[in-house]
Amino acid sequence: MKVSALIPLFAFLVLVALLGYGLTRDPKKIPSPLIGKAAPQFELPAVLNPEQKVSSNHFLGKVTIFNVWASWCSACRDEHPILVEFAKQHKTPIYGLNYKDKRSEAIRWLQAFGNPYVASAYDVSGNTGIDWGVYGVPETFITDKKGIIRFKQIGPVTEQIVTSKIIPLIQKLENE
Amino acid sequence: MKTAYNITFAILLSLTCFNTIAAINIYQFDDPEKKERFYNLIDELRCTVCQNQTIAASNAGLAKDLRNKTYKMVQAGKTDDEIKLFMVERFTDFVLYKPPVNNSTLLLWIGPAILMLIAFVFLIINIRNRTRTTTDTINEQEHERVQALLNQGKDNNND
Repeated sequence: MKVSALIPLFAFLVLVALLGYGLTRDPKKIPSPLIGKAAPQFELPAVLNPEQKVSSNHFLGKVTIFNVWASWCSACRDEHPILVEFAKQHKTPIYGLNYKDKRSEAIRWLQAFGNPYVASAYDVSGNTGIDWGVYGVPETFITDKKGIIRFKQIGPVTEQIVTSKIIPLIQKLENE
Repeated sequence: MKTAYNITFAILLSLTCFNTIAAINIYQFDDPEKKERFYNLIDELRCTVCQNQTIAASNAGLAKDLRNKTYKMVQAGKTDDEIKLFMVERFTDFVLYKPPVNNSTLLLWIGPAILMLIAFVFLIINIRNRTRTTTDTINEQEHERVQALLNQGKDNNND
């Protein structure tokens, strides 16, 4: 048999390999352009106390977790116990961004499921969310001591992500 | 029963269309040029939540917010490039339905042309081979024989 007769088969196999690779990738996950950049500035009232301000300046000088959540978001409910547990076991502060939510419902949620946050910023307009490139709540960012974004998780944080990614990264950033 | 179902479905479908248009018509412009730019822009920006829709076509909360943001920026006199840059800085090139030519999108842009070229080369090789085989099969002796046979046929027909 001539080698040239095998070309269509070869081309087909290449196509199968490419499409197979495509299936392993989640098109919902857009890599964040913000990684390696300074955290977008914001100053918003806190959820629990509108008098208190939550600002991106609070992230400076320490490694910080910034979690975008909302009471209307069902996946947030899945990840919430993991954040609560994390806050009990680790010193790393978790700040929240309460995204396009109703204050009363956000407060009820925190009372019902526990509050792992140092404070949650109340972003009712969603403008701060846009600045942070938020499109799929929940999202979780980690910023280093200089306030540079080093990590972004789109979708709920799982126990596996905490142990395999978040804890090692925090240890690394603490030593920088 | 089925007709009733179809009619209900059609009504519901038309309602969703109406809602989208209604949602977009709330934007007022004093300058027709800005209005045109706004509608062009929201038609070129992808809604990152519902990935196969533009922010003009989508009813998702984020699409609405991004429409508002675009409207404000257009009204504030920002250029199209400034507005696109604002979106790209937050959501990557992925938000642009017309991605810019750079290293990561080069294949996307020139890929079809390359495939076309390859197909063309194959086609030419194929055609050449085919013509060569037809000309090769007949030599002078055979040609004479064919001619003789044809002549024979003619004689027979004349009978």
